[in-house]
Order: sequence, then C-alpha cells, then structure tokens
Amino acid sequence: MSEQKPVNAADIRAVLERNDSARLRAWLKTCASCGLCSESCFFYLANDNNPEFMPQYKVRKTLGELIKRQGEVSREELEGMKEIAWARCTMCRRCSQYCPFGIDMGLMINIARQCMRTQNVCPERLMNIDQSYVEFGNQMQIPDEEFVETCEWMAEEGQATIKDLEIPIDKQDARIMFIVNSREPKYYPQDIQEAAIVMHVAGDNWTMPSHGWEATNLSMFSGNIGVAGMVAQSVYDAALKLNAQKICVTECGHAYRAAKYEGPYWTKQPNGQAPVEVTHAVALFHEYMKEGKIKLKHKFKDAITLQHPCNLSRSGDLGEKADELMEMLCENFIPMEPHREWSHCCCGGGGFIPMGPDYKRTRMVAGKVKAEQIKKTGAKYVLVPCHNCTDQINDLNKEYDLGIKIVSFKQLICELMEVPPHMQPEEEDE
Amino acid sequence: MYAFVNGPLVWIAFAVFILGSIWQVAALYRMSKRTDKVFYNHYNSGAAASSIINWLIPFGSHSWREHPGFTVLTFAFHICLLAAPIFALGHTATLAFNLNISWPNLPDSVVDALTLVFLAAALGILIRRFVVPQVRIVTEPKDIAVWVITALPFVTGYMAAHKMLLDPDTMLLLHALTGCLMLICIPFTKLAHVFLFFMSRAFIGSEFARRGTKTW
Ligand code: HEM
Ligand code: HEM
Ligand code: SF4
Ligand code: SF4
Repeated sequence: MSEQKPVNAADIRAVLERNDSARLRAWLKTCASCGLCSESCFFYLANDNNPEFMPQYKVRKTLGELIKRQGEVSREELEGMKEIAWARCTMCRRCSQYCPFGIDMGLMINIARQCMRTQNVCPERLMNIDQSYVEFGNQMQIPDEEFVETCEWMAEEGQATIKDLEIPIDKQDARIMFIVNSREPKYYPQDIQEAAIVMHVAGDNWTMPSHGWEATNLSMFSGNIGVAGMVAQSVYDAALKLNAQKICVTECGHAYRAAKYEGPYWTKQPNGQAPVEVTHAVALFHEYMKEGKIKLKHKFKDAITLQHPCNLSRSGDLGEKADELMEMLCENFIPMEPHREWSHCCCGGGGFIPMGPDYKRTRMVAGKVKAEQIKKTGAKYVLVPCHNCTDQINDLNKEYDLGIKIVSFKQLICELMEVPPHMQPEEEDE
Repeated sequence: MYAFVNGPLVWIAFAVFILGSIWQVAALYRMSKRTDKVFYNHYNSGAAASSIINWLIPFGSHSWREHPGFTVLTFAFHICLLAAPIFALGHTATLAFNLNISWPNLPDSVVDALTLVFLAAALGILIRRFVVPQVRIVTEPKDIAVWVITALPFVTGYMAAHKMLLDPDTMLLLHALTGCLMLICIPFTKLAHVFLFFMSRAFIGSEFARRGTKTW
C-alpha cells in the first residue's frame, strides 16, 4: 500500500460512461438545491444537523466532482471522497423519497463508489471480500465442502428436536432453493438449523445448493459490479441447474435486493427479471402462517418491535408482509415510527458492518437515530430479519444501553410453533 | 430597439423556449430508450401518476407534510408564478391583439396581489437560502442567477404597470427583455424542471413501485 499509483482517469471515465443515463442527466440538471432531502438522512440527523451530511452535498462532493473533472483527480482527493461515499452514506435511498424530483442519491453514491473502486480506493475489508467471492464464491472464504458438512452436522444435531430433520443438498425439482448468508455456516450454524426446522415442519419441498449457496452480495457495496454480477449469476445458475421453482433468501436484507432487483441488471437478464423467481424468508414464513402450514402453541406475549431493513422494506417489497407476519406471531407488536418504506436506516447497511472496526465509531454515532426509535417503542424485544441490521442493533444495544434482546423470525417461529406429534423425537427413557 | 424587443425578440424567446424544451425532452427520451431499460421494464402508470400528482398537491407528499413552512412558500411562489403572467391584462391583451387568441384576464388588483405574493415568497425562498445551513451549503452562484432571472420579470412588470422608477415605455422594454431572458433560460438551466419534474417523478414512482414502495 505504500507506493502510490497515479490515478487512472480513463478508468473512472469508463465507469461514468457506463452509468451515463437519461435519468442521471435529468437529476444532475434539475436539482433545485432546495435542501429538502436533508432531514430524511439519518447521518444528517445523528450528526446534529451538520450540513456537510446532507445528501445532495455528499453527492456533489463525490460523483459531482468526478463528473465535473472527468476523473482527473488526485489520490488524496479520492481518499477524501471515500470517507464520504462509504462512511457518510449507506445508499439506503430514503432521501429519494423526500426529494421533490425523486433524485436517487443512493444510486449516485453507488456510481461514485464504482469509480473509486477502479482505483482500489475503497475500505480495505470490502476489497478483501470481493477477492473472497472470486476465490471461494462466498464472502467468508468457506470451501463448498465445508458448507455441506456444516449442513449435515446441523441436520443431525437438529434431529434431537425434530425427528428425521433433513437438510437436502442439491435436490432436483424442489419448490424452494434456500440460500444463506455465509455468516451462518461460519458463525451461526444454528440459523441454518432453525430455517431447516421451519421448512421441514411446514412440509415444504426444499433444498440448498452445494455451490451458489451464498446469498450475500457485498460487491454491490464495494462498487465492484463485475463481481456482484458473478455472485448473482452463480445463484441463478444453481437454481437453474437444480430446476428449483423459487430461490428463497435467508433473513438478510441486501441479499434479497441483490438477487431480486439488481442482479438481473448486472447479469443482463431479459426484461430485468431474475431467471428464477426470487423470494425471501419473510415472504415464505408469511405464506406458511397464512396457509396454516405452521401452527403456533401461542403467540409471543412480550412487547416487541420490528426493524424494517432498508433493503427489504424500501428497496424491497416486504414491508407490509413483515408487519403482517409480526401480527400473526406476536400479541403485542409495537411498530417503530416511522416504519415500513419510510423507516430509517440503522447504519448497518451499505457495507458498513463488513467495513470493520475502523468505521465502528462512525457507525455508532449515526446509529443514534435507530437507537432512539427503538427506545421510544418501549419494547424490550426487537425482531430483526437481516444479518447486517442484527450486528448493528447488537452494537447499538451496548452503546446506548438499550437493554434489548434481538430475535429473528426463524428463531421466534421455532420457539412458538407446534411440532406435529409424528415429528417429535421419541422420548428417551430417563 | 423597442420594436425589436417587443416584436421579433418575443417570437424568438417563445420559439427557443418551446423548441428548446421539446428538443431537450426528445433527446432525453431517445437516450432513455438505450440507457434506462430499467424504466421501461418496470413502468407502472399508476405509480408514475401518483408520484407526480401527490407532489403537485400542497401537503400531498410525506416530504411536503414534514416541511410545512417551505411547502406554503414554494406553492405560493409557483402558483403566483404561473397565474400572474397568464392572467395579466397586459399579456392577454397583447396576445389577443397579435395572435387573436384570448382568454379572460384577472382584474389588475388581483394580478398586482399575485405579483406581490410572488415577490414575497421569492424573497422568503432567497432568505432561506442564506439562513438555513443545509441550503446555504449547496447554494451556488447559478442558484442565485436563476432566482434573479425568475424574479426580474415580476419586478419590472409590476413597476411598468405602476409607472414606477422609469418612464413606462422604458420599463416595459426592460420587462419584455427580462421576460424573454427567463423564457430562453428555461430549457437550459435548472428551470428545465418545468418539464423534467414530470419525467423524473414518473421514473422514481415506477422504480420504487416495483419494490412495493411509495415515493410520495
Ligand atoms: C416575453 C415578453 C413579455 C412581454 C412582451 C410582456 C408584456 C407585459 C405587459 C405589456 C404588461 C402590462 C404592463 C402594464 O400594465 O403597463 C405586463 C405585465 C406583467 N408581466 Fe409581462 N411580458 C412578458 C413576459 C413576462 C414574463 C415571462 C413574466 C413572468 C413569468 C411576466 C410577468 C408579468 C407580470 C406579473 C405582470 C403584471 C404586473 C402587475 O400588473 O402587477 N411577463 N407584461
Ligand atoms: C408546473 C411546473 C413546475 C413544477 C412542478 C415546479 C416544481 C418545483 C419544485 C418541486 C421546486 C423545488 C422546491 C423549491 O425550491 O421551491 C422548484 C423550484 C423552483 N422553481 Fe419550479 N416548478 C414548476 C415551474 C416553474 C417555473 C415555470 C419556474 C420559472 C420559470 C419555476 C421556477 C423555480 C425556481 C426559481 C425554483 C428554485 C427556488 C429556489 O431558489 O429554491 N418553476 N420548482
Ligand atoms: S441514501 Fe440514505 S444514507 Fe445516503 S444520503 Fe440518502 S438518506 Fe442519507
Ligand atoms: S431534495 Fe432533491 S432537489 Fe432538493 S437539494 Fe435534495 S436532491 Fe436537490
């Protein structure tokens, strides 16, 4: 890292050219500099309304400069822009709902990130993750065999609760091909087991692929769209090979957005649709509950609130379903204000969590808005259907002394559901 | 000079405004066919319409409701901006005389009032620009220039009607000149939002609707 390569402006221009679109031109021309986007941004709010955190200013200082100077900037300037594009915006897109012209500043920050990524100006850890996707197909350097072994282990262990629990790998013609966040095999294998239990009890026909099982797509946030497309393609390929009816993404926000909405464009699918329908655990569990495939012993009794991940409830279509699922599972659901598509970002997204300890302080400061939202509900349980949000809200819990407990849908369902007698393991004699 | 300004220049200004706008819209439309497939793939006419209409209604969008003061200011600004010149007797009479098209005008006192409300709102918007930190930080010289270009025809129109400052003919000359300047600037500055507003709102309405999300 010591010797500094000069900036290659041609690379930056190539990115600008690739992203040159009628809508971008309209946005650049039409912005009235009215400042209405300011209070929509949690960075701005959490940093005491410091105007340098208002969305348009951040775009102007990054993409705006890169366009104006056609990439002819110094490395120091790029380093400065990096601290804006990655550390002052999570691309949550809330500001575009507040701009009178609907200018999508999250997208513009993403273009700035793509420009910088060509010069390897990007938080180190995100670049390492790009590399891990290329070498291993997942963000955590897990060989596929190890993943399969973890699944077998989890199935076996789970048989203590559910008789004959299976985690079918590479089964053909399944209805659901379930894909996970590689954090699950790496650190939280229990998550895989819980999801398996829910699908098993619901009697679903499901499988997981031995390759293409990684749901995350952090290259969307590093700005390496080539790798992002490769990751999305490997998921589509797995589903096509297994002839699965649907791809179901685990409780993870950006993974759903990547596979369902952005992936089709990175991989140039016709009509912008994924080749295999993409769904999400929230929608799947919603369906199980609605159709009575899962029955509860009782609903969850304590006061509980729900974190709406930006990539599920704003850049994804699950805000309403998540609320409905909460109502079906909980007696005392207290929504945060604002919620659903108007929800504030918790600051775990946009690559922040994997950016690591260097950015933790920034993350804790900006997370204040979410911490206060949670506090206001008075609930001591927070349901979080996203891995990045989970990490962030866990950290916020400590930082702001929230005294909360974080649960996922699969965890809650496993706790509350009725297991049919034939699935209960035979009682062992004491 | 006077003959030119009040004759050919007005024609030129309207031609630049109308043809320039059509050209801008057409160029973006043609480009979008190539670069904005995401719009055509997921176009949703209902969401596009809602995304436009709700933002045209005072307090119709979340953002308007959360910024009540500014909403009042900008709607006063824009309503008077459109109503005053369209219904000013000076304009309808000129049009009726030259082109034989006519529509009812508003009484002078009402047009005066609209003009003054406009100027007050414009002043409010300008002061806000300098006083509110998150607006000041993104203010560039061009924002001030556009403000001046927009306000001048109202100032001069009012002064001409009330025979203030200069003799009415000179003031009318200045008025026509500044009016023409404003029209000419519409397609080429941020005033292009007159038509871009509808395009960008239609886009974002559809783009978020495919994710089940509202932008109003
Ligand atoms: C393009 C050439 C234009 C011409 C030839 C023109 C001509 C005139 C004339 C003859 C009057 C009547 C003045 C009087 O009563 O003595 C007038 C008034 C007025 N004009 Fe224009 N105008 C033009 C453009 C504009 C534009 C672009 C605007 C603003 C958008 C504008 C805003 C006004 C207003 C607000 C008044 C009325 C002021 C009042 O009665 O209080 N004009 N104009
Ligand atoms: C019917 C179409 C129009 C729509 C929907 C519209 C909408 C808007 C919106 C949403 C803004 C941003 C908020 C604000 O700063 O007030 C704005 C600003 C502005 N509009 Fe319009 N507008 C229209 C027509 C016009 C026209 C015809 C003019 C004058 C030629 C104009 C002049 C301005 C100016 C000068 C600003 C910036 C105010 C500032 O400095 O903050 N608008 N418009
Ligand atoms: S996308 Fe989100 S984080 Fe980025 S500027 Fe907009 S509101 Fe702020
Ligand atoms: S709200 Fe939209 S028009 Fe206003 S400053 Fe922000 S980006 Fe520009």
